[in-house]
Amino acid sequence: MTETMEGAAGLRSIPALLRRNATTFASRPAYREKEFGIWQSWSWSEAEAEIEALALGLIEMGVAKGDFIAIIGRNRPYLYWSMVAAQSVGAIPVPLYQDAVAEEMAYVLDHCGAKLVIASDQEQVDKVIEIQDRLPDFERMIYLDARGLRKYDHSALTSFENVQKAGREAKDRLGAELEARRTSLGYDDTCVMLYTSGTTGKPKGVVLSNRNIIETAKASCQFDALSEHEEVLAYLPMAWVGDFIFSIGQAYWAGFCVNCPESPDTMMTDLREIAPTYYFAPPRVFETQLTQIMIRMEDSGRLKQRIFHYFMNHARRVGPKILDGESVSAGDRLKYRLGEFMIYGPLKNALGFSRVRVGYTAGEAIGPEIFDFYRALGINLKQLYGQTEASVFITQQPDGEVRSDTVGVPSPGVELRIAENGEVFYRSPGTFVEYYKNAESTKDTKDPEGWVATGDAGFIEEETGHLRIIDRAKDVGKMADGSLFAPKYVENKLKFYPNILEAVVFGAGRDRCVAFINIDLTAVGNWAERNNIAYASYQELAQNKQVLDMIQDHVEETNASVAEDDMLSGCQIHRFFVLHKELDADDGELTRTRKVRRKIIAEKFEDLVEGLYSGEDSVYTETEVTYEDGRKGKIKATLFARSPKVVPVASQVREAAE
Amino acid sequence: MKDAQGYVTADGRQIGGVLMEMKNITLRFGGVVAINDISFDIREGEIRAIIGPNGAGKSSMLNIISGFYTPTEGEVFYKGEIRPQMKPYEVARMGVARTFQNIALFEGMTVLDNVMTGRLTHMNAGLFSQALWWGRARDEEMDNREHVERVIDFLEIQNIRKTPVGRLPYGLKKRVELARALAAEPSLLLLDEPMAGMNVEEKEDMSRFILDVNDEFGTTIALIEHDMGVVMDLSDRVVVMDYGKKIGDGTPDEVRGNQAVIDAYLGVAH
Repeated sequence: MTETMEGAAGLRSIPALLRRNATTFASRPAYREKEFGIWQSWSWSEAEAEIEALALGLIEMGVAKGDFIAIIGRNRPYLYWSMVAAQSVGAIPVPLYQDAVAEEMAYVLDHCGAKLVIASDQEQVDKVIEIQDRLPDFERMIYLDARGLRKYDHSALTSFENVQKAGREAKDRLGAELEARRTSLGYDDTCVMLYTSGTTGKPKGVVLSNRNIIETAKASCQFDALSEHEEVLAYLPMAWVGDFIFSIGQAYWAGFCVNCPESPDTMMTDLREIAPTYYFAPPRVFETQLTQIMIRMEDSGRLKQRIFHYFMNHARRVGPKILDGESVSAGDRLKYRLGEFMIYGPLKNALGFSRVRVGYTAGEAIGPEIFDFYRALGINLKQLYGQTEASVFITQQPDGEVRSDTVGVPSPGVELRIAENGEVFYRSPGTFVEYYKNAESTKDTKDPEGWVATGDAGFIEEETGHLRIIDRAKDVGKMADGSLFAPKYVENKLKFYPNILEAVVFGAGRDRCVAFINIDLTAVGNWAERNNIAYASYQELAQNKQVLDMIQDHVEETNASVAEDDMLSGCQIHRFFVLHKELDADDGELTRTRKVRRKIIAEKFEDLVEGLYSGEDSVYTETEVTYEDGRKGKIKATLFARSPKVVPVASQVREAAE
Repeated sequence: MKDAQGYVTADGRQIGGVLMEMKNITLRFGGVVAINDISFDIREGEIRAIIGPNGAGKSSMLNIISGFYTPTEGEVFYKGEIRPQMKPYEVARMGVARTFQNIALFEGMTVLDNVMTGRLTHMNAGLFSQALWWGRARDEEMDNREHVERVIDFLEIQNIRKTPVGRLPYGLKKRVELARALAAEPSLLLLDEPMAGMNVEEKEDMSRFILDVNDEFGTTIALIEHDMGVVMDLSDRVVVMDYGKKIGDGTPDEVRGNQAVIDAYLGVAH
């Protein structure tokens, strides 16, 4: 580990990196945002001027060193500037999830004691106003978009332009103060505080220091040879550590340009226009895109379909090999070239992947078919494994060693250790400082030597040195007969079917496994349309007999595949329901990063779980749902259980194996 | 509450003087009296609703305001002057824009092009210059495009900018129509049943946009609407019509308490 007090190349903070970039890359673009139909751009030196004006404005408003500034909104240059401006004045930026409801925000804002909130628009301002009585430390709010806010009481509300204007006017007076605060930033001072989405319990504030961020950015930029010529599209939540590393850490270290979409709905168009060279997306995004491509291909003519499948089959066979630099016959190469011209090139262009040099996916397991599809097209899609506490990177796949079932080798500077119970531990320069105001959790997660528990169970493959993750360590349990229960392993297999959006498997301490399944409305809806199946609602479609038959087929195939693994063959699904509602973060069933909250689901749908175990054919249930605006409603439905075939596994065989 | 200088609304907005005044308007189609001797005014900066049961004469009234119909009797004052009989495009030039109950967009054109048509009254370059896209025509187009983009941004329809209108769902078409009307930078915006056929969520969106338009650009808005809840929440003052007659006029609260209005809406025993 490189432990330098003076920072990397003498640069100890993000504002210091900004200063360097404004000199070195002065006229290169630093930020772009599409607004009014045109990509507006700011060079590094312009960005520095904007950030400085804002920082001076913050000092003018009375922001002190060590204050927390909450930042809420979608990815916009102004909000990235807000983070760096906050750092410049010695304050700590705390980005929040913009789709969080007021209640969730109240907890975080109160916990960090933010005095100042920078919010993007009326929606966010309203949420903060709603809860401000419960925030003793809250003083003022800055907003970006004035729309709808003119009539508001402006005693504690200021516009972003006003703050910048005040900053520019105060430059002579406060310039020295800003400079002093900027230069006093130390390598071990807090860079940012990010709240984890909280798969269990309340969110925790992860404190990351300048060292964490800069060392991580430096190592990961070297790993993939990222330079100032990269283009990224910033579209993932700003509160997520990944966005902070990609759009601030690495962008400032390497000096590349961060592009912000026009609106969340235009993401795909913007992606295509920018054609990023460095791209990150969770598996879900790749899945959705693939589903859409396949749906559209089914709508096209017979000839086009045949050409598409002909070349895609070829690509699946040789594409990944070409990408990994393995030997491929000249004939196959030639045919791949032709395919590139006919299919792959245009397809990549339509997806916005024409220039992708390095692409990552993480967060969840990605289906091998999905992964191979993109690699076959010649997109260098890789997997990484990380978490907020590690400043993202724990392991990642080097070029040429990419597989769908591993998450790669330890990132530069990261040490790995597997505990007795299979839990993965790591130690790295990116390891977080602490959980804010939560010494107990810090102690539970990070030991005095700096080893951090990931909470995931996995093992390192001996021959390759790659890490493989099986499941959440605490989710891995035992069934009644003592065989291994790894729900996520089965759920992932199920989710690889385009028709299945989400699956939750139960079975810890029981004699057999049962499951809840969410259909994917896009895929199943399209299928229903094609097969002349009429339906009026999600609910109705979900309980349609033919849909249930189709899902049952998928479950049976999954069971067969699960049965192949001796250790996990007990996890086959004996009965399942297709749920009448989509699992939703607003109802607390998923985290904001869309991970299943198993315990909450088990409690909420207790009647259904019991129904599955008691062997009833159908169960009537009422479920409370929360609408986007916070109102509550009820969904009533009768669900029909199915009992898919299970591959018999003689328990003697298992005992013998143990 | 009301005087020549205007008034202040419950939420603290300053409403200006009279923008348009309808004086003793009567409209007959042969023997049918669609509108019978109605007078009311629309003030600058306010949201003015016209409500009433089916067949009350609301749309006819809106058509008189927009200059599409000429009243059989009575006069229309606009900005203090009697408005002579005009062609619809002349009315549009005067700063009146409208949306239609049955969407009237160019289905085959993109959203952007449709909204651009709203700028027609702001295009003055000659045919020759437009054909060559040179000089004045070019400057004008860039100017207009910028304005249109602001409207698109305002109404949050960036994602369908290049989509042909024919492919859009109903609720979005309504929004595009509003965009086209807004692109004309009207001083008076007429909305003919802006929420008709919408679901609750679309209605909420549309209401927010109407309020924001009024708030942001200070546009005076006159609207016809069936949905009582929406009307009462949105408007500053309401005219109630029944069988071609005005049976009520005032703030939503006043109108709500008016016996004639209650009778018209709920029916009375004859």
